[in-house]
Amino acid sequence: MAQIIVVTSGKGGVGKTTSSAAIATGLAMQGRKTVVIDFDIGLRNLDLIMGCERRVVYDFVNVINGEANLNQALIKDKRCEKLFVLPASQTRDKDALTKEGVGRVLDDLAKDFEFIICDSPAGIEQGAMMALYFADIAIVTTNPEVSSVRDSDRILGMLQSKSRRAELNLEPIKEYLLLTRYSPSRVKSGEMLSVDDVKEILAIELLGVIPESQSVLKASNSGVPVIIDQESDAGLAYSDTVARLLGEDVPVRFITEEKKGFLQRIFGS
Amino acid sequence: MSKPSLELKGASFTLSVLHINSSDLTAVMAELDSKLAQAPQFFLGAPLVINLSAIQHNDFNLHGLKELLISRQLVIVGITGATTVLSKQAKDLGLAIVKAGKQSTTPPPAPRQTKIVKQNIRSGQQVYAKNGDLIIFGAVGNGAEVIADGSIHIYGALRGKAMAGAAGDPTAVIIAHSLEAELVSIAGQYWLAENLQQHSSDKSGCIRLNGESLMVESLPL
Repeated sequence: MAQIIVVTSGKGGVGKTTSSAAIATGLAMQGRKTVVIDFDIGLRNLDLIMGCERRVVYDFVNVINGEANLNQALIKDKRCEKLFVLPASQTRDKDALTKEGVGRVLDDLAKDFEFIICDSPAGIEQGAMMALYFADIAIVTTNPEVSSVRDSDRILGMLQSKSRRAELNLEPIKEYLLLTRYSPSRVKSGEMLSVDDVKEILAIELLGVIPESQSVLKASNSGVPVIIDQESDAGLAYSDTVARLLGEDVPVRFITEEKKGFLQRIFGS
Repeated sequence: MSKPSLELKGASFTLSVLHINSSDLTAVMAELDSKLAQAPQFFLGAPLVINLSAIQHNDFNLHGLKELLISRQLVIVGITGATTVLSKQAKDLGLAIVKAGKQSTTPPPAPRQTKIVKQNIRSGQQVYAKNGDLIIFGAVGNGAEVIADGSIHIYGALRGKAMAGAAGDPTAVIIAHSLEAELVSIAGQYWLAENLQQHSSDKSGCIRLNGESLMVESLPL
């Protein structure tokens, strides 16, 4: 049975699409057949981050409306054969997403795929609600600042009350915290909330901490998911995150300032 | 001072009311006799009020009814619901006219029910415990609201709003493991975060109403 994972946050610009692309790519690189769906109808971005914007013919809304079948709309990733992208429509709006339509498409995908990643739009309206409604797992993407944390808290409330699992009284959605754009030096100087602060407020399990990194913007602009860049901190942190998602016990890296001491330099760490 | 030889006090009694639905006394008495036969001791000398609201014509034989009831050892206390003419007749027969008290339509107050929530209350969520206390095993996030007609107990951090005694109960309290509230209110008296900070140095505490203003008590933890 496919696992449906929603990458959500409430607030915009915290790294949902970057994380969706990275986690989907990471899962596929681990040999898991994965599809990533862009729910941001009207503001389609995922295809850019995935570097497949020139290959979009049919989109998610076409499939929902029966104007195309899934195989026509799914775009196979060039780098990883187990990875597929279902792009959003740029010309419609979020009302094109209906519960029945989305449910049908996810059911069809579930027959073929091991992981279905839903890249949620910002906000708490129709698009975001549809992205999280069918989820089994939620990855709540949060920046270490108060407004993002509060919006994440709001989304967690939605996951607990407005999702299919909540409505049908099933086992609740598994909620994970993904802290992005984390800068240990700014945490130290008190400009940013620490991992522990955010964990205490949101009280959910930590899936990963992605450090603020130049490589993220560079990767986005060139249409390569940042997880491919295994030279960068962010890429490595996403790899750790995917490993944890698959049940491995990996220590959290990049949450302390990188000033290596004399001994560390000799022995490495 | 000696006790006065009489006192006049109001009191209410429960009386049986006999509803007469027919002016055919023979039929009425036949039915009454069969009822009396079921529990003769119970009705012996029982005080009765006769309700005549079903009798709308004035040629009803009230005198006959009275005699028949007395002959069955029933004590007629008065009549109610009768037309003006029949009421006049009743007065002449020495019967009191009683007004039926309104049937109480409000049910007795429901017993207090405690509402227990075993999860964090997230921003934007609202929990209301009607007619009772609210107990939360978890934290109340910024932008969340917890409301109770009774008291509120939070076994976690209170970062949002808490309103106890929402229906006006001034004895309600708010107890939280960590008081970082945006607003606390008891029976309409409220404090914002800054008032709370001025009054409390401890993290945990109990907020209650002291006269017209709120106060924080530290918990013996």
